[in-house]
Amino acid sequence: MTSSRSATVTLPTDEQILITREFDAPRHLVYEAWTTPELVKRWWHANRGEMTVAEIDLRVGGRWRYVMVADGGFEVAFHGEYREIVPNERLVSTEVYEAMPDAQALDTVTFAEENDRTLVTLLVQHTSKEHRDAHVESGMEDGLQDALDLLEQVAVSLR
Amino acid sequence: MIAAVPRAATTADAFNAVAEPRRRQILDVLAGGERPVNDLVRALGLAQPQVSKHLRVLRAVGAVDVRGDGRQRLYRLNGRALKPIHDWVKDYERTWSERFEQLDVVLEGLKKTEGGGGGDE
Repeated sequence: MTSSRSATVTLPTDEQILITREFDAPRHLVYEAWTTPELVKRWWHANRGEMTVAEIDLRVGGRWRYVMVADGGFEVAFHGEYREIVPNERLVSTEVYEAMPDAQALDTVTFAEENDRTLVTLLVQHTSKEHRDAHVESGMEDGLQDALDLLEQVAVSLR
Repeated sequence: MIAAVPRAATTADAFNAVAEPRRRQILDVLAGGERPVNDLVRALGLAQPQVSKHLRVLRAVGAVDVRGDGRQRLYRLNGRALKPIHDWVKDYERTWSERFEQLDVVLEGLKKTEGGGGGDE
């Protein structure tokens, strides 16, 4: 609660991911940084590579697409379609990780301002736990499989 | 509602095992310390066979350990088995934290532009 620097990620249900973070800026600026391609390119990479594509057609039914070339040389791409747009307040869009085209999520971002600070809440709604889990795993250095292998070793050792 | 009969996959890994809300509840109770099954039955308000069924799943993936103490069996949390789940979410959280740190930098720039430019639409 005291630290606004790190994102908080929780898994409220088997199909959801909830990400929250407070920013020291009014929400119209956070919204601008979130919806302007040149600005998105400067933060979305998360220091894991370079964003080569940030397309945002900000209207209901409009599409977005982000492509990043990760430091390892491989490309990761995401795209979706805007479903609901309330400027400076709320964005609803679909999201597809192009390596897993069957797993379409619905993302709801809300921007809530208080005292010149903005709380961003991003709810990712998947249609199955498997898709949700794969989403959390995307971009991980050590995959979920490594974790599962480790677990299996622990489980086997207890038999 | 999730059926009381576990799917085949539930014992395959801890991620599936803890996906069931009742099993998460058991882990929450055990986080407070070692407990006999009767305590869990009381805490969850379920019949003992159901609680035992959940405990079997949790034991199969190593999320809880059990030991005999006289006539009762005591269950306890095995934090080591749950660590991969914690790490799994933490890695994802780290990505977003770094993403948002970059966004902080972008916002500082926007604040300066707005403050200096003034009256900008």
